Amino acid sequence: MLLKLLQRSILHGAISRDGLLLSDVAGRAKLPMSKWEIDVVLTVSNLAKQFAGAASPVFSDVCFTLDAGHSVALTGESGSGKSTLLHLVAGLDHPSAGEIEIDQTGLSKLAEPELARLRRDHIGIVFQQFNLIPSLTVAANLSFQARLADRYDPDWAAALTEQLGLTDLVSRYPEELSGGQQQRVAIGRALAGKPKLILADEPTGNLDEATGDSVMASFHRLVSETDAALLMVTHSERLASKLQHRLHLSRGRLS
Amino acid sequence: MIGLGALLSHWRRRPGQLAALVMGLMLATALWSAVQAINAEARTAYDRAAALLDSQNLARLARPDNGPIPVADYVALRRQGYLVSPVIEARHDGLTLLGVDPLTAPPGVIPPDILGGATDFQELSGDTALVFISSETSAPTLNTATSAALPPDTGLADIATVAALSGQRDPSYLIVAAQQPASLPPIAGTLGLELRSAETAADLGELTGSFHLNLTAFGLLSFGVGLFIAHSAIGLAVEQRRQVIRTMRALGVPLRQVVVLMAGELLAIATIAGILGIALGYMIAAVLLPGVAGTLRGLYGAPVSGELGFDPIWAAWALLITLIGAAIAGAGALWRVARMPILAPALPRAWAMRHGRVLRWQAILGAAAILSAAGLAAFGQGLILAFSAIAALLLGAAVLLPPTLTAVLSLINPLARAPFGQWALADTRQQVPGLSLALMALLLALAANIGVSTMVGSFRDTFVTWIEQRLGSELYVFAEGDPDALRSFLEPRADAVLPVIGLERTVLGEASRVRALADHATYRDGWPLLDAVPDAWDQLYAGQAAFVNEQLQIRAGLSIGDRLPVAPGLDLLVAAIYADYGNPLGEVILGEAIFAATYPDIAPFGFAVRIDPAGVPELINALRAYGQSDRAISDQAAQRELSIQIFDRTFQITAALSALTLGVAGLAMLIAFLTLAQMRLPQVAPLWAMGETKNRLARGEVIRALILAALTFALALPVGLVLAWMLLNLVNTQAFGWRLPMVLYPGDWLQLAALAFLASGLAALWPALRLARLAPARLLQVFAHER
Repeated sequence: MLLKLLQRSILHGAISRDGLLLSDVAGRAKLPMSKWEIDVVLTVSNLAKQFAGAASPVFSDVCFTLDAGHSVALTGESGSGKSTLLHLVAGLDHPSAGEIEIDQTGLSKLAEPELARLRRDHIGIVFQQFNLIPSLTVAANLSFQARLADRYDPDWAAALTEQLGLTDLVSRYPEELSGGQQQRVAIGRALAGKPKLILADEPTGNLDEATGDSVMASFHRLVSETDAALLMVTHSERLASKLQHRLHLSRGRLS
Repeated sequence: MIGLGALLSHWRRRPGQLAALVMGLMLATALWSAVQAINAEARTAYDRAAALLDSQNLARLARPDNGPIPVADYVALRRQGYLVSPVIEARHDGLTLLGVDPLTAPPGVIPPDILGGATDFQELSGDTALVFISSETSAPTLNTATSAALPPDTGLADIATVAALSGQRDPSYLIVAAQQPASLPPIAGTLGLELRSAETAADLGELTGSFHLNLTAFGLLSFGVGLFIAHSAIGLAVEQRRQVIRTMRALGVPLRQVVVLMAGELLAIATIAGILGIALGYMIAAVLLPGVAGTLRGLYGAPVSGELGFDPIWAAWALLITLIGAAIAGAGALWRVARMPILAPALPRAWAMRHGRVLRWQAILGAAAILSAAGLAAFGQGLILAFSAIAALLLGAAVLLPPTLTAVLSLINPLARAPFGQWALADTRQQVPGLSLALMALLLALAANIGVSTMVGSFRDTFVTWIEQRLGSELYVFAEGDPDALRSFLEPRADAVLPVIGLERTVLGEASRVRALADHATYRDGWPLLDAVPDAWDQLYAGQAAFVNEQLQIRAGLSIGDRLPVAPGLDLLVAAIYADYGNPLGEVILGEAIFAATYPDIAPFGFAVRIDPAGVPELINALRAYGQSDRAISDQAAQRELSIQIFDRTFQITAALSALTLGVAGLAMLIAFLTLAQMRLPQVAPLWAMGETKNRLARGEVIRALILAALTFALALPVGLVLAWMLLNLVNTQAFGWRLPMVLYPGDWLQLAALAFLASGLAALWPALRLARLAPARLLQVFAHER
């Protein structure tokens, strides 16, 4: 697998000077390549998306890979297709061209139930709008996906609850929480099943700066504890700078 | 199970919505199952009545005037070898007593549970005087045993017992065994007796079929209105859980599992609501059944008891219908879930555009349904097609409501000058999709109410006028002994004594009564005719023509000027058609002279007496002294009251169902406003932020409800009037055999409009009050949650 990846990288681009990023003129990026014994979680190849009726694609020829334990910020102007790319990676939408592999499984070959199972077992998603289930308590929301995937670990859930500062809020309902508290619950839900890939779409977009920083600090700490790969969409330079790597989407191309 | 828990938790947080859904399905089931319970009870009674003495479709021998057959004639027939068995039919303490002879009765005449029971019928003699009755019949003065095979208010006993109880020694008629000795000549006509086949007597089920179809149609309408509530509640639950469903799918719950879970959830709720609805339906049926039983007895002579039994099969059917109804109500919502993209549409405008397309389709479908209704009304024949026309009319009107409301609101929007008014009208138009189902339910209920009340009112007015004309005589006396002696007694004491005379015959294949009218001003001046040739009365009394009632005219397809074969060798011209409301049979009127010539053996069974009204009490006393019982004397006022009482009972259940349907529609409005109120904050919060007070916004909510109610009523009125026309001209003609003029009651419409406004206003008031009292922090959340 590693050899194959190396061959692909050599074929498509040049090794950068710092040895972390492989990119080619078409925008292919390989993240990271500092160690050969890495575990590739996400591979995106020649991805393109064009909405029905639109004159041009949102983006095309997007290629990159992401390894376990690493984080990357996906930045770009409004409307550049950041969230669309994230939705494609999550299997929530279908690409117009190209392929996405998560844990060596190509998404294009999967039917809807298999895509759902893949998301349930391997992906944690943090939405900008939190998307908690309003009729469930904080505790039930936090454990929801882990229990769906049959990966619920009460000790880990308790640790998450404590580290996210939710211990006193477990029996409350989402509408009784502040925005920051709701986003902590959403982060806890994404991490509770210890997924291999975490996708975050503007996770602090609805929070003030101080709350956002506090939430992100907990988020980074917990992601690193799980050794998951993190792909975060953000338009915040400050937030992007705190992640290991950055990809920029502009005018339909990745750079 | 985790996913199911997440879905079900929605109801825990919104118990009111769950209550709305359960209530919608429960009411739909209740009204439908109540009607079905009543119909089932009546049909069971008909079956029992039909089975009694008639299980083998045995023919009867009877006298043409229906009088008793002398025992000597019966003995003569038996001696000749004919297999006939005597029956005495008599009234006793409110019961119809049937006395049969166990030794000669053909097999099947006596119900098996009596013959094979602990008390063997064949061992009974007149001395024990045992009378078999049904379990719901009470006869405290008789020595009784029960039989499940007997209809209510009917007693079966040995012929000697009935003879002793009634004082009638001669058989009322003779049952004729199916197989007669081959060596004998045909029995018909022997000793002047008529052979009447089992089919001659109109079948109760057939007679009352249209009445029950009427009930079923209203039950179906109520069911439909209830389903609107359920559909509305299910649709709202899906809308409110749209984001939860998306989140669940994003977190890895497969779509199929979501749909299966939601279908299972609906099944569980429908089962609970169905069981509650069956219980409520049983109670409604128990309340309404005595009135219906009275109607069926009065109108058709059907022996239906006022007591409701519980039939598990009825309950199972009602539950199945509820589940089917829930499936219909929820199918659209589940389909939307199955087709819902996992990501929210990028363009909010897309939804509005989709709704625009829906409105266009609704307009096309509604217009097509209305055209179908018009086509069916114009060219369709038969009761089923008449009801199909009504169904198409109601469906078309309901489907046309949202596009009509949207169009009208768009038209009147420029009329509003103030910004708040412009916003309120624009906002009302925007709310039409969310409220459309509740408004459709209101439209259907209002239209049904207008239609039914117009039909019943028109009918009642016509009927009262008709009965006053028809009951022209001051006193009616029925002969209990010798009619000639009674006539001789009456003649010196009255201005005129007019015989009431007739017999039952099959005319043009229709069970009918042939009667005679004396040549008197009472009839010439007062008898109401619907259509007639100019000299109809002269032709009638000259023996050249006959009059037919409207029922026979419609069923036999007769017209004025047709030849009518009344009896062998007697073809008369149809000179007039007369209204004969409340009579299930066809009827032919002949002049007194030609009747007497055709049926010389028939004696009058009573007399209509013309007398100065002041002299009526004195004559009644004289008749009592003469030996007439009170039962055989009836004055005009009593007859009129009895007839109107029967009439009112006939439409009691229709009016009750109509009122219940309106109540259900009011509830649908309340539920729709309550549930929509929860989604209104994003619309009203910006206005509040811009300086409108919460009180003004709350008033706007109530006014919006009233505007929608007013527009809905405006559309319901013509629909209701067309419905009334269809009920009067299509359904009544087919169901009862009479056509009626349509009378309009604007006062009733105003009352109904007030009721609709009240229901809508009250429905909107509660959410409006909640809005007026809403904490500012709650309104601010709207902005906090915006992107």
